[in-house]
Amino acid sequence: MPTIAMPEPDLGILARASQIIERLTAVVSAEAVISDPQETRAYECDALAAYRCLPLAVVLPRTTEEVSAAMKVCHEMGVPVIPRGAGTSLAGGALPTADSVVIGIMRMRDILEIDTANRFVRVQTGVTNLSVSAELEASGFFYAPDPSSQLACTIAGNIAMNSGGAHCLKHGVTTNNLMGIRMVMASGEIVDIGGPLLSGSGLDILGLLCGSEGQLAIVTEATLRILPRPEGARPMLIGFDSAETAGECVARIVRSGLLPVAIEYMDDVCLRAVDAFANAGYPKCAAVLIVEVEGSEDEILHQIMRIRQIAAELNPVEFRTSRNADESLKIWKGRKSAFGAMGRLGDYLCLDGTVPVSKLPYMLKRIGELSKDYGLEVANVFHAGDGNMHPLILFNANAPGELERAEAFGADILRLCVDVGGCLTGEHGVGIEKRDLMTKQYSADDLAIQMEIKSVFDPDWLLNSAKVFPLEASKPYRDKAVRG
Amino acid sequence: MQTKFNEAQLADPDTRRSNEILRSCVHCGFCTATCPTYKVLGDELDSPRGRIYLIKDMLENNRKPDEKTVMHIDRCLSCLSCMTTCPSGVHYMHLVDHARAYIERNYKRRWDERALRWLLSKILPYPDRFRFALLGAKLVRPFRRFVPDARLRAMLEMAPDRIPPASRNDLPQCFPAEGKRIKRVALLTGCAQRALNTDINDATIRLLKRHGCEVVIPDGIGCCGALTHHMGKTDDSHAMAAANIRAIGAELDGKGLDAVVINTSGCGTTVKDYAHMFRNDPLAADAGRVAALAKDISEVIADIGLRDAWHAEPLRVAYHAACSLQHGQQIRSAPKDLLKAAGFQVVEPRDSHICCGSAGTYNLMQPVISAELKTRKVATLEATQPQVISAGNIGCMMQIGSATGIPMVHTVELLDWATGGPIPQGLAATPELPVREKLPVRSSSSNA
Repeated sequence: MPTIAMPEPDLGILARASQIIERLTAVVSAEAVISDPQETRAYECDALAAYRCLPLAVVLPRTTEEVSAAMKVCHEMGVPVIPRGAGTSLAGGALPTADSVVIGIMRMRDILEIDTANRFVRVQTGVTNLSVSAELEASGFFYAPDPSSQLACTIAGNIAMNSGGAHCLKHGVTTNNLMGIRMVMASGEIVDIGGPLLSGSGLDILGLLCGSEGQLAIVTEATLRILPRPEGARPMLIGFDSAETAGECVARIVRSGLLPVAIEYMDDVCLRAVDAFANAGYPKCAAVLIVEVEGSEDEILHQIMRIRQIAAELNPVEFRTSRNADESLKIWKGRKSAFGAMGRLGDYLCLDGTVPVSKLPYMLKRIGELSKDYGLEVANVFHAGDGNMHPLILFNANAPGELERAEAFGADILRLCVDVGGCLTGEHGVGIEKRDLMTKQYSADDLAIQMEIKSVFDPDWLLNSAKVFPLEASKPYRDKAVRG
Repeated sequence: MQTKFNEAQLADPDTRRSNEILRSCVHCGFCTATCPTYKVLGDELDSPRGRIYLIKDMLENNRKPDEKTVMHIDRCLSCLSCMTTCPSGVHYMHLVDHARAYIERNYKRRWDERALRWLLSKILPYPDRFRFALLGAKLVRPFRRFVPDARLRAMLEMAPDRIPPASRNDLPQCFPAEGKRIKRVALLTGCAQRALNTDINDATIRLLKRHGCEVVIPDGIGCCGALTHHMGKTDDSHAMAAANIRAIGAELDGKGLDAVVINTSGCGTTVKDYAHMFRNDPLAADAGRVAALAKDISEVIADIGLRDAWHAEPLRVAYHAACSLQHGQQIRSAPKDLLKAAGFQVVEPRDSHICCGSAGTYNLMQPVISAELKTRKVATLEATQPQVISAGNIGCMMQIGSATGIPMVHTVELLDWATGGPIPQGLAATPELPVREKLPVRSSSSNA
C-alpha cells in the first residue's frame, strides 16, 4: 500500500453531492460540470499516478467569473476545492479527495494582451508555458521560465509551484518573471495584484502567492515579463566517466563567475532512455553535462573557450559543441523529455531536492550508495547549475512492496538534501509527496506561521488543504474550519 | 503506470499487448498538449491521457463500455499526434484500436448510429458503390437543409462537384518502366480515392514509370481495411487486408516486388501495421512481408532521387502534413524535400502537427469537432498565402479543399507535373498562374 495518507472524506459533504452538483451546474454551463464517476476517473490523479482518488465533481470554467461563481458555491456549501492546471504535477499537487470539487482552468487559454514595448504579456492561466513563447516568436521575444514539461504545463501550475526550468540559471524562476495576477479567493471574490508596472508598493503579496501550491487562491490571469530573444545560443555536451567529476565540473563553472544560461546533468541510465526518443547522439559515458551559453557570436565563442578550459582540467571523455540549430533542438528535446522517456525503462518516482552546488559531488556519491542499499536503480537528471536535483528512482509498480521501498529511498535522499544545507523542493512543489517531510526542514513554529498565513487567505481551509503541511500539523486548522 | 490485469486476462494476446502499452505510460501529460480534440474541447477526457485512462479502466475490469466512455473514444481522430509527442513510446494506436474493437463487440450503439456505421462500412471501401452514392448525394445535395441529422448533412456536403468516371488505370495490369527498369513495384490503388479522384493514381503511375519503376496493379487488390478498422469492425477490416496480403503475396512469389507503393497515407499507416494485425494469424508471415515492403510514394521517389525536374515557375506551395504521414508513418521531410527539389517554394502553416479534422470517416461521424479543426487548419494554411496547397492524403484534400478557394492537389500531382507530366487539374482551372500557357493541359481521360 502506498504510504502517504489522505484525510477521510467528510461524509456530510458526500451526502449532499447531488445538491452541490446541481448548484454548480446552475452557475456554470452543464457541459462544464463533470460528475459521472466514469468521467471523473480521468481526474483522479496527476503525473504522480500512484496516488488516486475520484473527486466529487470536476468543473471546467471558461472565465474568471465562472471560476468565481463555482468557488462561491463551494464556499457556501463548505466543499474543499482542488485547483488543477494541466495535471502534470509530479508531487500530487492536483490529487483530489473524495469530498472535493476539482476546478480545472485548462479551458482558459486566451492570450489577452501582448505589449512588447513595455515587455509584458497578459494571459489566461490555462495557456501552456510553451505556447506563451510561441505566441511571441514573431516579435522576437520569449517567456523565460521553461520547466521541462513546458509543452503541456499551464502558467497557472507554474505560478502555483513557482516553476523553474533549465534556463532559469540565468533568467530566474517564475517569481522573477511574474508581474501581476488576477485571482479568485476562497470566498469567490476576484482580486487583482500587481500589473505591468515594474514594482508596486507595500508588502510583496504577489511573491507570497507565487509558489503557494493552490493553497491561497486560484490564479486565473497573469501578467508575465517577457525578454528579447538572445542574438544566439549554443549548447555544448561535456561527458565524464564519473558522476562526481561531472558534479565537480558544475561547481567549478559556477565558481569561475561565468553565467551560462543552463547547466544540465544527465547520467548514463537517463541517457539510455532519452536517446531512444530524441536521437541527439549524446556521449556514451557515466555522466553528461549540457551547458548552454548565449549572446553574440564572439561572446558565445569566448564562453565556450573558458568552459572548455575548466572542463579540460577534469579530463572529460568528450567535449563538443552543437554544430547547428537542428542539433541544438535535439539536445534540448532529449533533456526536456527526460522524465517521460524514463518510462521506457519502467515506473519511477521523480524527486526534486535542491542542494548547494558545491555539495553535488557528495550527493551523487551518496545517492549511488543508497541505490545499492535499497536495491533500486536510480537515474539522475537535473538542473545542475542551481543545484536542483531530480533523482528518478526506478521500480516496478506491479511488484508488491516496490513502491513503498522506492518511497523510503526517496525520503532518505530528500532528508540528505536538507542535511547538506539544501531543501526538499526546487520547483515541483511539496504536494502530498514531500508533505510529511516538511518537519525535517521546518520547525513547528515555521509551519505554524505558514498555516496562519493560509488561514488569512482561506479561513475555512477549502483550498488544496490536505497538501503541503503534514496532516498532523494541519489537523487543528482543518478541524476548526466550519464545514457545511 | 500500474496495471491490474489477472493471468486469465493476459492470456488474450490483445489484452497482453494493451497491458504492455499501459505499463509504458507514465501519465506525464505531454500528449495532452498536441492532441487536437483536447485543444478544441479542453477536457482531460478528450485527450490521449484521459482516453488511455478510460481504456485502462474498461479493459482491466472487463467492463461493458458505457455511453460516456464510448463518446470520448469516438472523439479520438486517431491522428496519432500523441505518439509523436510521447517520450516514453506509448503505442497509442494499438491501444485505441483494441478499445474500438472491444467497444464494437461489447456495446450496442443507438439504431441510427449503427445504421450509419453499417452504411459507411458497406459503401466507402467499394469504389463502384461509393461512386454511385456520390452521384446520389450530388442529386440530393440541394435539399440538404431538410436533412435533420448533422452527420448526414456533412456527408452530402462532402460530395464533390465533379465525380470522375472510373479510371481504366486502376484495373489489374502492369505498366512498363520508362527506360531502364530499376524497381518493380505494386500500387495500392485504394478505395474511396478511386471514386473521388482518379488523377492521383494516374499521376503516381506516370511518376513511377518515369523514375524507372515497373508498376503492377495486382489482381485482387482493394481497400486496405483502414476505414472499417477504425470503426472497430475487425472482421471486415481483416478480410479486406487478407485479400490484399494474398494479392500482393502472389506478385511477390511470382515476378517479385521491390515495394508496395501507397499514395494515400491513411492507408499506408494501416498497411505498415499488417504485421501487427495478423500477428496471431496463419497469414502472419505474408503480412510481415507486405508490411515491410509498404512505402509511401514520397519514400520511394526520395529513395530513387527526383529526376529531371524542369519546372520553371517556383509556385508557392503550402505543404499540409497529413497526420497519417507525419505521425502514423513518421514521414516529415521527404515530401517537402521533393517539392523543393522540383523547384517549388515550400511553406508550412503554423501548428502543422495538428490534424485538419478529416481523419477517415471522422468528418462524417463527428461533424462539429471536425468543422472546427477544418476552420483552424484552413486559416493557418491561407495565412501562408500559397498559390497551391499540397497533401499526401485524399481525406485531407477533400476536407481542406471544401473550405478554401486555393487549389488543392496531391503532392504527386505536383511532382509529376514538374518532371514532365500534365498540369494538375486543380491548377489548370486557376487563371492567374503564368505557367499555364507553357504546359500541356491534361484531359480527365488521359492515359498514364
